[in-house]
Amino acid sequence: MNMAEELEKEEQRPERMTLSIGPHHPATHGVLRVKLTLEGETVVDAEPETGFLHTGIEKTAENLTWNQATTVMDRMDYLAPISNNTGYILAVEKLLGIEDRIPEKARVARVILLELNRIASHLVALGTGGLDYGNIGTPIFWAFELRDRILDIFEHTTGQRMNPSYMRVGGLAYDLPHNFKEMVEDFLKLAPSRIQELRDVMLYNPIFMDRSKGVSVITYEDALKWGLTGRNLRVTGSDYDVRKYYPYLGYENYDFKVPVYTDGDSWSRVAITFDEMFESLKIIRQALDNLPWDDRYIIDDRKLVLPPKQELKHSMEALIHHFKLVQHGFDVPAGEVYQAIESPRGEIGFYVISDGGNKPLRVRVRPPSFYAVYSLPLLLRGQLLADVVGAIATIDPIFGEVDR
Amino acid sequence: MQDRVNAARERVNNEVIPALLEAFPGQVEVIPPTNDQIPQVYVASAVHESVARWLKERGFHMLVDITAADYWPKREPRFELVYHLREMPEKDPKGEKGLGMIRIRVKLTEKEPVHTLSHIWPMAIAAEREIWDQFGLNIVGHPNLTRILNPDDWEGHPLRKDYPLRGPRALIKPEMPADENRYHPFVDAEPAKEGE
Amino acid sequence: MSADGVFTDQGGFLTTTVDGFLRWAQANSIWPLTFGLACCAIEMMNLASGPRYDIARFGSEAFRASPRQADLIFISGRVSNKMAPVIKQVYSQMLEPKWVVAFGACACSGGIFDNYAVMQGVDNLLPVDIYVPGCPPTPEAVIYAVQKLRDRIRKDDPRGGVIVRG
Repeated sequence: MNMAEELEKEEQRPERMTLSIGPHHPATHGVLRVKLTLEGETVVDAEPETGFLHTGIEKTAENLTWNQATTVMDRMDYLAPISNNTGYILAVEKLLGIEDRIPEKARVARVILLELNRIASHLVALGTGGLDYGNIGTPIFWAFELRDRILDIFEHTTGQRMNPSYMRVGGLAYDLPHNFKEMVEDFLKLAPSRIQELRDVMLYNPIFMDRSKGVSVITYEDALKWGLTGRNLRVTGSDYDVRKYYPYLGYENYDFKVPVYTDGDSWSRVAITFDEMFESLKIIRQALDNLPWDDRYIIDDRKLVLPPKQELKHSMEALIHHFKLVQHGFDVPAGEVYQAIESPRGEIGFYVISDGGNKPLRVRVRPPSFYAVYSLPLLLRGQLLADVVGAIATIDPIFGEVDR
Repeated sequence: MQDRVNAARERVNNEVIPALLEAFPGQVEVIPPTNDQIPQVYVASAVHESVARWLKERGFHMLVDITAADYWPKREPRFELVYHLREMPEKDPKGEKGLGMIRIRVKLTEKEPVHTLSHIWPMAIAAEREIWDQFGLNIVGHPNLTRILNPDDWEGHPLRKDYPLRGPRALIKPEMPADENRYHPFVDAEPAKEGE
Repeated sequence: MSADGVFTDQGGFLTTTVDGFLRWAQANSIWPLTFGLACCAIEMMNLASGPRYDIARFGSEAFRASPRQADLIFISGRVSNKMAPVIKQVYSQMLEPKWVVAFGACACSGGIFDNYAVMQGVDNLLPVDIYVPGCPPTPEAVIYAVQKLRDRIRKDDPRGGVIVRG
């Protein structure tokens, strides 16, 4: 509604105040505008406004070939770029029908990188969450220090700390470095004690418990109607996790639990984050033991993957394949696929439509943070003004994903 | 777990879809599934909200996502509204999760009215705003149909196939090479200088 | 005095010393504004509060949230259509002297997004002092950029030092 109607509505209830927490704000995890209607200190209504980071990723992906589109998919959920990549690539591999021919090394390496990414993303969520609750210093220093070690592993493996675009259709982009196993082993030795330290400092802190226990409670029924998935749904008592219910990449072979809490408040949303990090460490341990150390990191199909450079010198077919793949890319048969994976924020779904060409017809990303941000009216009704920052922090939104 | 998913798919294919065809004769058409094996149906736009309500009563309580696709110029009618439903327990989180999924597709022309789903699932409020913003479909009964991703006074619906990738830049200065064409609709005056 | 009112090196002994002192002070205490937009914001958080890349040792001890108290704005991330008026307003609320660092490929020139939604470079909107390429740039690259800015302020940046508007 426009300004005149809004002003008229405001004048009818003079005890209410409209407060706009604007897009440039140190505590809104990115560019979010929340229009709060306050009565005293109690929030009566909250209306989020997003769109400040809209990048047209879905439209750009329609003009890039299938492999090139992984670079833009990275930049959506920029704290968990590997899960974006992997979800999109799994959807394209399903369209092509080559899911059984992915080499085992690529599959296990994808799982290891996905879980490392989950730990890195949860560390940022905890660090900045602590900052929002007033604990300026300790959580964010410790979390970012541990995260820097994970980013070192990414830098050695993929070439870049963030937004690596490491997945290709059929496997990985480059082979794993020769000291990959040692690096991950060192991290696994170091991480549990550090995460336990962080948990002891943050979770049972009396101020934090006062501020977050019993705050912003949601029930299972409401969470389902408002589209919440992932950690926001698992604090209400449901154990829905895409890794367990629709397993992909061999997750059914790993032995891990899915932590579930029943209170539905902000404290549980932070507690479940720590538990998930410990479970991820277990999965990395098992995957590392299963990692085959051969040199097949991508599928052997010359129609999808560039041939190795040595072959181009003496094989005419290799030259023709190389030319076609570089100039035109590969064609994916017509159809559509919905592939969901469990990103640190929830269920990220990729609905990819192909019309038989070398570019996607439509890539739709189901963003978990979009529905989480638009459930803020549910979370904030009746809470105090001081809980607003905590609610936004604990649902863990990433605005690259909300606005795409 | 894979056989649970398979069993759920069989159940949807053998029980739910025939019942759906009986309940809405002539308005629902079954399509063969694609590589992800999710059962899909075409539904006429006049009844799609009743179909969604019918399915929700049969246990499909989770709306996974609503989206649209534009098939111009290959197909007429050019738009398609697609949504996925998943079987999840309604009130008891520990209840039996059916895990069946179904994909509903509604073929639409440009101005054909289609009813909103936001009275059943409040998450559709934001998703349908995005569909209106990016595609311009005529959604009826929505409480607040305004722009959500683009600025409020943006013209055009960007995700349509006949909207150029570069947007207003492509239309206003087409003769400039693309990397020099930095016109921006907000900044048509000079940029901020020192002292401002 | 030069044409636009800035003191050049003609002033007497007192003004050059004061000018030198002011430039030293400004260069060693640049306080950035917390203005993170997208992925580059995470790398900026590494700078601000990560123990490995610590920009506080160069004087940027406090990242201020209010533009009235900040000197430097890092445009870190893609500038979308809806955000452009917000950036302009925040920039105009900052007090002189102020500097702009375009952090990342999207702020320098639009990055990989050549489409309707992203402004192709924030220099359509603000006068940029230093461009840092990369997607995202490593924090070491940004520290190098801040060092270049500090050298410039110490030597001959027309906005630093004693400013007199004629």
